[in-house]
Amino acid sequence: MTEAGRSTATAGRSVGEAYNFAYLDEQTKRMIRRCILKAVAVPGYQVPFGSREMPLPYGWGTGGIQVTASIIGPDDTLKVIDQGADDTTNAVSIRRFFARVAGIETTDRTAEATVIQTRHRIPEHPMREDQILVLQVPKPEPMRYLEPRELECRKIHGFSEYGLMHVQLYEDIAKFGEITTTYDYPVMVNRRHLMSPTPIPKFDNPKMHRFPALQLFGAGREKRIYAIPPYTEVKSLDFDDHPFEVQTWDECCALCGAEDSFLDEVITDDEGGKMFVCSDSHYCGERRAAGHVGPMEGEDAPSFARPADQEADGS
Amino acid sequence: MTEAAPSPLLRVTGLTHRYGEIVACRDISFELFAREVLGVVGESGSGKTTLLNCCSAHLEPTAGRVEYDTRTHGLADVFGLREPERRMLMRTDWGVVHQNPRDGLRMDVTAGGNVAERLIMTGARHYGRVRGEATTWMDRVELELDRVDDPPKTYTGGMQQRLQIARNLVTKPRLVFMDEPTGGLDVSVQARLLDLLRGLVRELGIAAIVVTHDLAVTRLLADRLMVMRRGEVVETGLTDQVLDDPQNPYTQLLVSSVLQV
Ligand SMILES: Nc1ncnc2c1ncn2[C@@H]1O[C@H](COP(=O)(O)OP(=O)(O)OP(=O)(O)O)[C@@H](O)[C@H]1O
Ligand SMILES: [Mg+2]
Ligand SMILES: [Zn+2]
Repeated sequence: MTEAGRSTATAGRSVGEAYNFAYLDEQTKRMIRRCILKAVAVPGYQVPFGSREMPLPYGWGTGGIQVTASIIGPDDTLKVIDQGADDTTNAVSIRRFFARVAGIETTDRTAEATVIQTRHRIPEHPMREDQILVLQVPKPEPMRYLEPRELECRKIHGFSEYGLMHVQLYEDIAKFGEITTTYDYPVMVNRRHLMSPTPIPKFDNPKMHRFPALQLFGAGREKRIYAIPPYTEVKSLDFDDHPFEVQTWDECCALCGAEDSFLDEVITDDEGGKMFVCSDSHYCGERRAAGHVGPMEGEDAPSFARPADQEADGS
Repeated sequence: MTEAAPSPLLRVTGLTHRYGEIVACRDISFELFAREVLGVVGESGSGKTTLLNCCSAHLEPTAGRVEYDTRTHGLADVFGLREPERRMLMRTDWGVVHQNPRDGLRMDVTAGGNVAERLIMTGARHYGRVRGEATTWMDRVELELDRVDDPPKTYTGGMQQRLQIARNLVTKPRLVFMDEPTGGLDVSVQARLLDLLRGLVRELGIAAIVVTHDLAVTRLLADRLMVMRRGEVVETGLTDQVLDDPQNPYTQLLVSSVLQV
């Protein structure tokens, strides 16, 4: 948390608005920071917090925004990603919001950022101990589908009676022959708490394991914060005879040729033409700048709508 | 002491439960031994379900004790156990077959998943073996195996009850609580289900408390009978004795009105 402890109460005025620095008042930020500390102390445990009204609707990352607002300081550099891209409406408006209410630097370079707020992806570029990843959470409770009763969910967490999630995995295998859950794939954190990793692709799950950066999760609508401290064990659930596996592609990225990144299928024309490109647009751009080329090299760079520009559902 | 008397599996002492002014159960005491099936009969509102729910630790009685022969502490007050211990009992040593399958099944989870749940809850993490056990149990309760991946909401009432039984017996509980297990079913379906239940309970050596207002059910399933009226036990004894030679006037009325065909 770069300089987050320093009093920043006056900083907001210097950017010419009637807001406190980073929009939230200092008391609210302290309350949220206390919740974050508790969340860090009990990895994967959902800490209730007094979620505030934000000038953005739920579904636009209000949980993540409040976490970011509470930890960010004037010297921080913020990157905002939405499904891997820095240039979607959602990412752009959150970045602008913080530039305006906190007057901080923003970037699209993973390595330059000190705080990265994200929806639906973990960056491909490795992160460091001095960085913080803030994930927007639409649905914090991984068992909600099978156990709608809130009190019962809390007891299951409290007594570590996890089994329900495996019933869900059983259902996948029984119906489809394999575990078909590809997003929001449940994990055990620190061998103790079952946690929803948010709707990131399961491709990103292994990154969470012993991740050097602090990972913070904010759910605005359901008023929950949880965390994975650096280097914590994070294990994706599976069966002994159906081990966890990440998605793979036959193709490489059409633009940069990457074979190790998460690929989005992109429609290129009206005739059903398509290609696969890195979902992490910064990673892809960085590789191309470094001279990597994909199979689409030489052709006119097609313009296309990124899938990330569709509906917003990260809270 | 020369020879220790066998310890009961369940001991209920002075159990009373009130809902506000209503006394649903009053000063009930009994013991249940391993492999024993106890029938609880009585008219509607006599307190049968309340008693069963207190015994299965789903409802804390206003007064009295319910003790169970736990594997770790021996005979122990179930309401004195820590909650996780009590919940562990409920998914290992005990089973509950509800009158309404909706209360005992996950209607949107496949039949196989319903049976698999208790295995998974007790630590099974090998899909193939879990699946094998689940289908074995579907077969044992005479459910068609090609329905194993259908959700119970597509099952008939009789099939749902069979599935509840499989879901409970898969972890081989020592004690099963049943509330009107054949209630609401057609007579012919009832008869087959009772046959099946009797076979399984005897074969697995399970103890059970079976609540019913159908004396024919107790005749078939229960070793002993407890007759309830207005929250009190008015007569208790071996099933055949109570049904063939009832002592209490209320039991006499019950037997004569129900058993004559
Ligand atoms: N949750 C409750 N709140 C208030 N009164 C209740 C409640 N449950 C049961 N009672 C009352 O307690 C008494 C015993 O009810 P209980 O359901 O135990 O009887 P029962 O023998 O199971 O009846 P039935 O054969 O109709 O299922 C009845 O007078 C009933 O109205
Ligand atoms: Mg009842
Ligand atoms: Zn690329």
